[in-house]
Amino acid sequence: MKTYTPTIGLEVHAELLTESKLFCGCRNDPNSDDPNMFICPICVGYPGALPYMNKQAVEHMLRIGVALGGELASFTEFDRKHYFYPDIPKGYQISQYAFPLVKHASLNKVGIERIHLEEDTAKSAHDVCSRGSVIDFNRSGVPLMELVTEPVIHSAEEARAFGDILQQTLRYLGVARARMEWGEMRVEANISVSKTDTLGTKVEVKNLNSFKAVSGAIEYEIERQTALLEQGEQIAQETRGWNENTGKTFSQRSKETSAEYRYMPEPDLPKYYIDRMPEWDAESLRATLPELPERRMERYTEELKLDAKKADVLVKNKPLGDLFDGVLQTVEHADAIRLTANYLSSDVMQYVEEGNDTLFERLTADALAEVIQMLIDGELSSRGAKEVIAVLVKEGGAARGIAERQGLFQESDESALQEVITKVVAGNEAAVAEYKAGKEQALQFLVGQVMKETRGSANPTKAQELLKEALK
Amino acid sequence: MQYEKATVQDMREVLAKGDSSAIDLLKEAKRVIAEKDGEVKAFVEVFDSAEEDAKRADTMLKEGRAMPLTGIPIAIKDNICIAGNTVTAASKMLEGFVSPYDATVTARLRAQGAVLVGRTNLDEFAMGSSTERSVYGTTYNPHDTERVSGGSSGGSAAAVAMGAVPLALGSDTGGSIRQPASFCGIVGLKPTYGALSRHGLIALGSSLDVIGPLARTADDAKLLFEVLQGEEGQYDSTVEIFAGIGQKNNTEKIIGVPDAVTTVGISQETLDAFNATLERLKGKGYTVREVSLPIMEKAGAIYYIIQPAEASSNLARFDGVRYGYHKDGKEVWGDYVQTRSSGFGEEVSRRIVVGSYVLSAGYYDAYYKKAVAARDAMRQAFLKELQEVSILVMPTTPDIAFKEGAIQDPIAMYAEDRLTLQANLTGLPAISIPMAVEGLPRGMQVIGDYNSEETLFACAKDIEQS
Repeated sequence: MKTYTPTIGLEVHAELLTESKLFCGCRNDPNSDDPNMFICPICVGYPGALPYMNKQAVEHMLRIGVALGGELASFTEFDRKHYFYPDIPKGYQISQYAFPLVKHASLNKVGIERIHLEEDTAKSAHDVCSRGSVIDFNRSGVPLMELVTEPVIHSAEEARAFGDILQQTLRYLGVARARMEWGEMRVEANISVSKTDTLGTKVEVKNLNSFKAVSGAIEYEIERQTALLEQGEQIAQETRGWNENTGKTFSQRSKETSAEYRYMPEPDLPKYYIDRMPEWDAESLRATLPELPERRMERYTEELKLDAKKADVLVKNKPLGDLFDGVLQTVEHADAIRLTANYLSSDVMQYVEEGNDTLFERLTADALAEVIQMLIDGELSSRGAKEVIAVLVKEGGAARGIAERQGLFQESDESALQEVITKVVAGNEAAVAEYKAGKEQALQFLVGQVMKETRGSANPTKAQELLKEALK
Repeated sequence: MQYEKATVQDMREVLAKGDSSAIDLLKEAKRVIAEKDGEVKAFVEVFDSAEEDAKRADTMLKEGRAMPLTGIPIAIKDNICIAGNTVTAASKMLEGFVSPYDATVTARLRAQGAVLVGRTNLDEFAMGSSTERSVYGTTYNPHDTERVSGGSSGGSAAAVAMGAVPLALGSDTGGSIRQPASFCGIVGLKPTYGALSRHGLIALGSSLDVIGPLARTADDAKLLFEVLQGEEGQYDSTVEIFAGIGQKNNTEKIIGVPDAVTTVGISQETLDAFNATLERLKGKGYTVREVSLPIMEKAGAIYYIIQPAEASSNLARFDGVRYGYHKDGKEVWGDYVQTRSSGFGEEVSRRIVVGSYVLSAGYYDAYYKKAVAARDAMRQAFLKELQEVSILVMPTTPDIAFKEGAIQDPIAMYAEDRLTLQANLTGLPAISIPMAVEGLPRGMQVIGDYNSEETLFACAKDIEQS
């Protein structure tokens, strides 16, 4: 018996990271705690107010297009998409219909039909005010990218992987924060299953605000649709929501009557001939692209031979990867790659996970390079290195100075160490006797005592050497 | 100086000499309004803020900081935003709405120290040719108060014609400055699309709307137009569309008269006045040619698709959620239905319905798309003729102002615009100038190439002096 093949297409919205909103000078700060702080007659749809284009948003879109190998529009225009809802103040959303800025792109071997620019809506809240629903217009008019993939994804895993790499790519380009939990990136999935080459009836699942929700909803839909078809029932074309708690999708509205948006070219904006703007030529834009996550992963695992797990941490957290590359530029030693990757993926990553998001302002590549260099030269123990990093993360500064102030240098100075050893040998008669009786473990105990006595600054190899000498 | 007949130049002279102050001129304006506006009903509000404007102007005059319009009284059509003042577009939908911001043009007037006397009546949301369809009632023609002032800038035209102000701002989407100027015997300019920022003009048809001056003389209209130009603070990116193209100065004096003038049903009296004016222009060195522009007659069919389409979209923001009129219904959707059904007047509702229809899936291609293509064809046809002649002239309106209530059929009302729609559809500038006639005024319209307002003003002056 032929099994059912799932087919999935994704629609991804991402708020672009620009100084101001798409059509006015208001600050782009949709998640501000103070509602309606960043608003003006334009983004609240007052009578007579006209939009004017934020070029930074267009440039972000074109850079996305180039990064994803897409075709940039030579001509583009904006359209009005009409519907009534309290969170769209003009009664229409300015979007793009016939002439998206980017077409035919791809990412992670998933074809992307189009990427267009539109304005975000305001936010309604129904439970914060006793007098009724309230609206926050801070988000109204924020530039929003909409990306539509072709229906070429066949599993929840693939969908999740696509979302993941897209999120990374947007962050690498510096065009979006794309934090799903903040609504900066939102995913909708169109899902159908079929036994034949003809696609089945598609169901749209909206408002997926985590990757867990994306894969959960897709898995659930594949199961639900397959079961319905197995029972000889029909799939209803509809929009469904995702319930995080039950792990199920639920019907929101039937799509039998398709929405009538009365699209119309936006007469308040001029037409744009992108191909006549030299600064937006694909080659010039390409020159502004950073290394993208797919390529960085390849370099870390194949050229630098990092293990996949550590490489993944460094790639997914761009500032970590940037630090890693920065350190490797100054420290030339075979161990530098391994050591740097270790400290970044464990110690520093832990600080990041604790929510210390400004630490990269203090922990610079130069400072970290100095730590690694001191480690390689035997000046710092690994414990010392951890402590220097902890101070750098908290306060910043120069690594060498910190190590000095904290007394973290390993004591390789024989005469200073000799004194400590004499003291340890004198104070631990039992252990000395055990060692002399042939019990090798006793030496380790004595080394430990030396380390304790020097607060970790002794070089353990050196200490062992001198202890052996003293006990001969 | 007789205030009612004085030009801006006359007023500037008395202000400069110190014979009158801005406060004096404002008092004169208020006197004329008190004497005549009870009958004409041009103004819907005389601003309390006018006093402040005048005081400020007098300070500027005293301190030697006077600019061309310092202290000059001006009336503003009630669809142009002035920060802190009510603006309603003559609709119940915006009853009590106070604009939080200045239109680009009003900000310019403020900077000049002009005195914004009050707001003037219009057809609701500028949809109409008679200023009868206003929540405030009809504005009458100062030349014959049984007749309409024209529309939709009827209040502004009547305010200037009755002598209350030497200048007024209007807006023109299909003839709304030129037609009332023609009916009221004054000068009205519809500039090149985008020559003046639309920021702060309550939109009717975004691709057609322009703001323009109404005045008693071509020189005064020119002065106001020039003061309002300039790139600073435009907040309107459609100003780019026709910027820098066309002929700025055309001194060739070759007039083209479209053949359609004889076929579109213009009254004999108006045709006679038109031909007499052409004769006088020949005496001023103009040559006259007939040009073939049969597409002119399609203007109504094109316009009454595009304009309602854009209007239906532009008026979608009036939903009772954030400002203006609100009527409760059941749930959000019920609020929309109640608010919009009772807030908009009949003609506005008609155009919203028509506009929504022509933009719907399945009808878009059959109506809207075809209209846009026909509009392009019209633009090409006009530009072709304007390569052969320097200006095109025709009467502004088919006849004199009609009597109040004389036109009830909406289609017949639409037909009143049949000579003015073309300039809006093509984006070309056009001016209406009174022709020298006995009896009620009749206007002559001069259309030029993009950005050729200077040529139009020069020709208007020639008509005034012929």
